[in-house]
Amino acid sequence: MTRAQFEERFFGTLKWISIVFFTVIALFPLLYMLALSFKPIQDLLLDPGRWWPTLDQISGFETYRAVIRPVSEGGFGFLTFIRNSSIVAISTVVLTLSVGILAAYSVARVNFFGRQAVSIGMILVYLFPVVIVAIPLFVMFSRMGLRDSLYGLIIVYLASTLPVTLFMLRGYFQSIPVELEEAARVDGLSRLGVIRKITIPLAAPAIAAVALYVFMIAWNEFLYALLFILEKRELWTLSLGVNQLNSQEVPKTMLMAGSVIISLPIIVLFFAAERFLTEGLTAGGVKG
Amino acid sequence: MTKTLKTETKTKERRRKTPMARSESRFGVALILPAVLVVAVLVAFPLLWNVSLSFQKARLIDIQDVSIVGADWTLNNYDTVVGVRDFWSVLRTTFVYTIGGSVLSIFMGLVAALSLQGAFRGRALVRGVVLFPYVVPVIAAAFVWQVMLNPQFGIVNEWLGWFGIPAIDFLRTRSYELSVFGLFTLTIPLALTTVIFFEGWRYFPFAFLFILAALQSMPKDVDEAAYVDGATLSQKFRYVTLPALVPVISVLFLLRFIWTFNKFDDVFLLTGGAADTEVITVKIVDWMIGRGNVGAAAALGMVLAAILIVVVGLYFKFFYQEDEA
Repeated sequence: MTRAQFEERFFGTLKWISIVFFTVIALFPLLYMLALSFKPIQDLLLDPGRWWPTLDQISGFETYRAVIRPVSEGGFGFLTFIRNSSIVAISTVVLTLSVGILAAYSVARVNFFGRQAVSIGMILVYLFPVVIVAIPLFVMFSRMGLRDSLYGLIIVYLASTLPVTLFMLRGYFQSIPVELEEAARVDGLSRLGVIRKITIPLAAPAIAAVALYVFMIAWNEFLYALLFILEKRELWTLSLGVNQLNSQEVPKTMLMAGSVIISLPIIVLFFAAERFLTEGLTAGGVKG
Repeated sequence: MTKTLKTETKTKERRRKTPMARSESRFGVALILPAVLVVAVLVAFPLLWNVSLSFQKARLIDIQDVSIVGADWTLNNYDTVVGVRDFWSVLRTTFVYTIGGSVLSIFMGLVAALSLQGAFRGRALVRGVVLFPYVVPVIAAAFVWQVMLNPQFGIVNEWLGWFGIPAIDFLRTRSYELSVFGLFTLTIPLALTTVIFFEGWRYFPFAFLFILAALQSMPKDVDEAAYVDGATLSQKFRYVTLPALVPVISVLFLLRFIWTFNKFDDVFLLTGGAADTEVITVKIVDWMIGRGNVGAAAALGMVLAAILIVVVGLYFKFFYQEDEA
């Protein structure tokens, strides 16, 4: 066997080991989370090796019921958190897209003084530590009475998702042939009309990808929620709700049920739009 | 009649382009204004205010009285945050965590991209599944790890038990004596190492996507030329693929370094900063919420920003070449 043949075989095998390895490490923790979320904690303590639940346990939904039940009935009130998270995430998407599409079009297509400066400024914002912005925002919102309100949270999410939106969309807008826009202008469309009737429909896949990202960022966010709304339980988003389950008094299986509840929408959305997302990711360099 | 009028105005416009350019400029500014305002009010202004806060006495309890400019500026906050016993160890932890996490995630991403680049059955599915760690909410990911690593009922310790290894509390053990085949013992900072593995696990998909994109945009003929020249796979990787990946890897390292350095959630949720895993961001939030000292938190934030600026500056000075990016 020559060296080339040996390497061919060696790396051929290694490739498969590596594929299995990465699939397992990506998938197993989620399966484990899902399985544990159905089990009574006593079962798990008795035999940690048997982590998969029985059919009865799955159909029982015991942990999920306990987590979702309102506080007044001895549960953890997750329905409220689901509602709050949805409101926050959807509002953030709508706001960010409306502001971001116009801004991205402007940077991509319109000549104006300061265009370069705006682009660079946004990159800097994107790279700056969130924690540093969080401290003064905390003081600012406390004084303006915006703390302990979902509005405060939404506008902070808007500000922190705008730079990504701007980048991802700018690149895509630039790839649309200018001739199309010019033709539409000749045919009598106004500049805003061009954005509405040409740019947005053509950039629909990119816009969908951005919308999903922004949704994910807002849905998953933890630090700002912790700083701004911790004191008002009825305003909690899901991340604070799940965080609350991480205590000595709460069985870990319920913590896993909470984790499944916060992850499920994201995973479903991700699978629905995987192709857009992976393309968008590399285009914009999404922060994480 | 109307026709001549139109041509007249057109020639006028063509002669003096300024009004059109001006209207174009106005249009551009109008479109971008909302975004700029939002970012100015909610990011730029707070950043400046943070500078001023770091020089003021500002406590959480009398937060209503904290002013924007501040009456008497002092360096007390900086004295306080640098003077605490664990300042340097927090800094060291932050660097170990950041560099370890960045390198590990990029290395794993590289291996994953090399393995998944060719065609095989179910490739699309595997490529999607591999992105899970990156997509799942950080809070869920951190808590699953906590449960998996739990010394009483976690699955990892159950597996270790099969090999007769006693339960290990991965996230709360400061240092662990690891015996290597009974030859010598290695003392590893276990909790910190675990957190770094979490970073590697969580962010390798990010590196994976970038490196995969770079691999796929590589010209095929170089590959074929190497094959014709009789290069083995390892030679091809060493002399063809890897050099071509250097630009994307160095950009990845910069991005991952910056983002890991600024990261708060991961460590906070996994260990809360216990067992020598406290990084600077967790310390900042501790100053603010735990000890109610907003000024000190702001000052430590300035330290964080300063280090970041220096490191990024050094990167651009020594590693960045114009043609690479």
